[in-house]
Amino acid sequence: MAFFLLLSLLMYLLSGLASLAMGRHPAWGTRIVPFGSAAASLCALIPVLYVLAGGTPVDLRAAWSLPVGSFHLHLDLLSAWFALPVILVSPIVSFYGTGYLRRHDRPRETDACGFFLQLLTGGMLFVLLASDGLLFLLAWEIMSMSAFFLVVFEHEEHEVQRAGWIYLVATHLGTAFLFAMFVLLGSRCGSFDFGDFDGLGGVADVVFVLAVVGFGAKAGFFGLHVWLPEAHPAAPSHVSGLMSGVMIKTGIYGLLRVMVLANDWPAWWGWVLIGIGIASGLGGVIYALVQHDLKRLLAYSSVENIGIICLGLGMSVFGVHSVGPVALFAMAGALLHVLNHAVFKSCLFLGAGAVIQAVGTREIDLLGGVQKRMPRTAALFLLACAAVCGLPPLNGFVGEFLIYLASYWSVLPQGLPSVNPRVGGFVVISTLALIGGLAAMCFTKVYGAVFLGEPRSGCGSSATDPGRDMSVPVTVLAALCAVFGLGGSLLMLLVASVAARIHPLAMAAPDMAPLREASAVYLNVTLAALVLAAAVYGLWRLRDRLLAGRVVRTGPTWGCGYPHGTPRMQYTGSSFAQPIIAAFRSLLRSELGGDWPAGYLPGRSSFMTHTPGLFMHRFYTPLFAAFARVAVRMRRIQQGGTHVYVFYVVLALVAVLVWSLL
Amino acid sequence: MIADFFAALFGVTLALILAPFLRTLINRTKARMAGRQGPPLLQPYWSLARLLRKGAVYSTTTTWMFRAGPVVTLATMFGALCLVPFGGNPALLHFEGDVLLMAYLLALGRFFTILAALDTGSSFEGMGANREAFFSALSEPALLLGVAGLGAITGSVSISGIYGRLGNSAFLGSHLPAMIFILAAFVIVYLTENARIPVDDPTTHLELTMIHEVMVLDHCGVDLAFIEYAGALKLWVLGLLITGIVFPVSTGSFWLDAGVSLACMAVLQICVGLVESLMARLKMGRVPLLLGIAFVMSTLWIMWVVR
Repeated sequence: MAFFLLLSLLMYLLSGLASLAMGRHPAWGTRIVPFGSAAASLCALIPVLYVLAGGTPVDLRAAWSLPVGSFHLHLDLLSAWFALPVILVSPIVSFYGTGYLRRHDRPRETDACGFFLQLLTGGMLFVLLASDGLLFLLAWEIMSMSAFFLVVFEHEEHEVQRAGWIYLVATHLGTAFLFAMFVLLGSRCGSFDFGDFDGLGGVADVVFVLAVVGFGAKAGFFGLHVWLPEAHPAAPSHVSGLMSGVMIKTGIYGLLRVMVLANDWPAWWGWVLIGIGIASGLGGVIYALVQHDLKRLLAYSSVENIGIICLGLGMSVFGVHSVGPVALFAMAGALLHVLNHAVFKSCLFLGAGAVIQAVGTREIDLLGGVQKRMPRTAALFLLACAAVCGLPPLNGFVGEFLIYLASYWSVLPQGLPSVNPRVGGFVVISTLALIGGLAAMCFTKVYGAVFLGEPRSGCGSSATDPGRDMSVPVTVLAALCAVFGLGGSLLMLLVASVAARIHPLAMAAPDMAPLREASAVYLNVTLAALVLAAAVYGLWRLRDRLLAGRVVRTGPTWGCGYPHGTPRMQYTGSSFAQPIIAAFRSLLRSELGGDWPAGYLPGRSSFMTHTPGLFMHRFYTPLFAAFARVAVRMRRIQQGGTHVYVFYVVLALVAVLVWSLL
Repeated sequence: MIADFFAALFGVTLALILAPFLRTLINRTKARMAGRQGPPLLQPYWSLARLLRKGAVYSTTTTWMFRAGPVVTLATMFGALCLVPFGGNPALLHFEGDVLLMAYLLALGRFFTILAALDTGSSFEGMGANREAFFSALSEPALLLGVAGLGAITGSVSISGIYGRLGNSAFLGSHLPAMIFILAAFVIVYLTENARIPVDDPTTHLELTMIHEVMVLDHCGVDLAFIEYAGALKLWVLGLLITGIVFPVSTGSFWLDAGVSLACMAVLQICVGLVESLMARLKMGRVPLLLGIAFVMSTLWIMWVVR
């Protein structure tokens, strides 16, 4: 089994290099990437399924010439579960990317993009397998750096450079915390091997905080999320899909990997995670609602979904100290949402990419009526929109259902002895409900403004559905949304073994029975979905039967007696979000501007809203400006004259001498 | 088991037949309060029948989305109807967490109604759609949290389980204040979700002040009939959540329980009519405040239940 893992990693590397080498023959080079990715995924799928099916974890140690660390790969249930989205989504994204980049006509960048895409995917798999602190950091850097090169695809544009820069700084600030964490663990445990980290060296709390910050920067916890809304719009759409759907989950993986090593989960960890969940979930969705840029909106929605996952993890921490299925349900819900979010979010990004390429703008308020010109893309995008809102019977509902169920269980009188989980469950229910409602508002806004109504500008008047090379991947992902939703019971059975064996949950014997029951319960949802589909079909037929033979006319939309309406008078995405801007004024600090109409016969007037990221605006920008000011002062001692540096050396020597004498 | 199934089926059939009549009750109450005689008792049925006989006019802007809206909304209401218990008997479909399916089915219907409204490209309908989306997002936590509170009182995570056990008088004494607050929250949610005063005015013709009615401005004929019928069913489905709290008795006799539930439902509609007669619609900016109050009331149970 270890052979397949190595082979898979190698295939990613080799196919990436081969695509670079094939620069002269672009037809070959572009094909190598997706097929290499698919082959590597198939290779990795074998051990992953083997482990998920209950096989022994795959372990591999190899010679390592560095003085510290070791080459130790380990595939256990947790890594296998997180490997699933990587294996599933990356080849699909990669096939799409080939078609997407072909329409861009930038051969040099395309080759590099293929190479780094393979490196990113391989890097993610490597991160999940690495079982040694140093090796992990190495893999982490491979992944992060290749993502950087993918983000700066259109490197000559100022916005893209800025986005790449922000991403690079954010990811390395996160990595700095991980460095500190691993150094601390290494010095406490005497080795960097994950196997020796048992109990987290007695400093579990410090390690947890470092992990939350370090991994949170990658996962996009609210406050550390500033790179997401910058990097995702800048990157090519398939890269955004992969980064937003899959890469940010390595942050969740890292956090869980560390938590699993702890002996016990104290309750305050739960409160920290739930706090992060509330901030990310609500902050993400509210900021998503007020965005004008389609991909930026989707990026914020990823922050929201990371929040939902954190709510699940938090509930799970509370559940550990109690009887009942709370911990198991919440953990399973969080894990399922990791997989499901990967599917629907990459579907959304790929669909959005097809639209953006066809119409040539990301501005939601310039679009409209796209559904008529791109009917197939529209239908798939709609499916993914419904999934991201957690509507049954699609896959977004499955994970949320379990997290809700855990929370409902936790408030039951017989459930838990302490107050923490009950208040936690209470908080989680209200947060999830609010997130769900706002997400529905957000995605009806997206779909309504982009796809429905009349075109608001001349953008993309000749847009059509993309060719098969781009539409098939989106179709596959949308189909997965539906299949995972309807087959939620099977997914629950699959995740049961993973969730039940996560360390503190499994302190007693791993008990999957409640999840088996939940999976049986979920069959009811599938049943209801089928009945619903039948009802929709029946009613549709009924309507057609009734209307057959009657007068069915077409005409303009009722304009309340005003006959001169133009498409520009339609409700825009911004108007749709206006109540949110008004209600969350103090949180959003939106800038409103423009010329208001004045007088009895108003002339030209305009209106604009802009919602800058609060953290970027109020925290990070001033912080880095302060750094820059300090750095400028430091320049005084960096003059470039050799004699000055000789003087510094002498000064340092004297200082050392004095210090050693004292 | 079989008896339960037939009882539930009876409840569903009753809902399908009697739901439009709820409108009559509300309208009659309003008419009486205003000193008018009011429409005939069967007026909602006549309206539905007339709409079903009509042809249709579709806007050239619209697509299949506009036609899907009413169909999906009505289908989701059928689904929700199968999940809510009637007269102390378990619902047709009941399982742990069925409340989530119910809430999300309503959300699914709303999702399609909103998109159908946006499909027309009309600003008025966009306005209504956006208000509906916002207000329902605010009312959903109150509903789900209220059910969680009832679950915490009765020890069940399914609507049928909760409402089946509420009849047990042991809960009444110590948890009475909690139940009253949940009930109050549910009433506000009821008025919001069903687009009644003080949140929305179902009778006004001024598009700027409407929410739900303006969303369906362009629908006509069969589509409008579906929407009206779905609206009536929604009055019934959410009404059962309230009547189940007000009269949680389960006497053991099915017919008696059903009768009490029906009477309760009638009283509820009369109350809605009274509210509409005695109150004005709130200013649009005040509605989030009202829903905030509903949310706060749906949280208060925690003081009695979790100690």
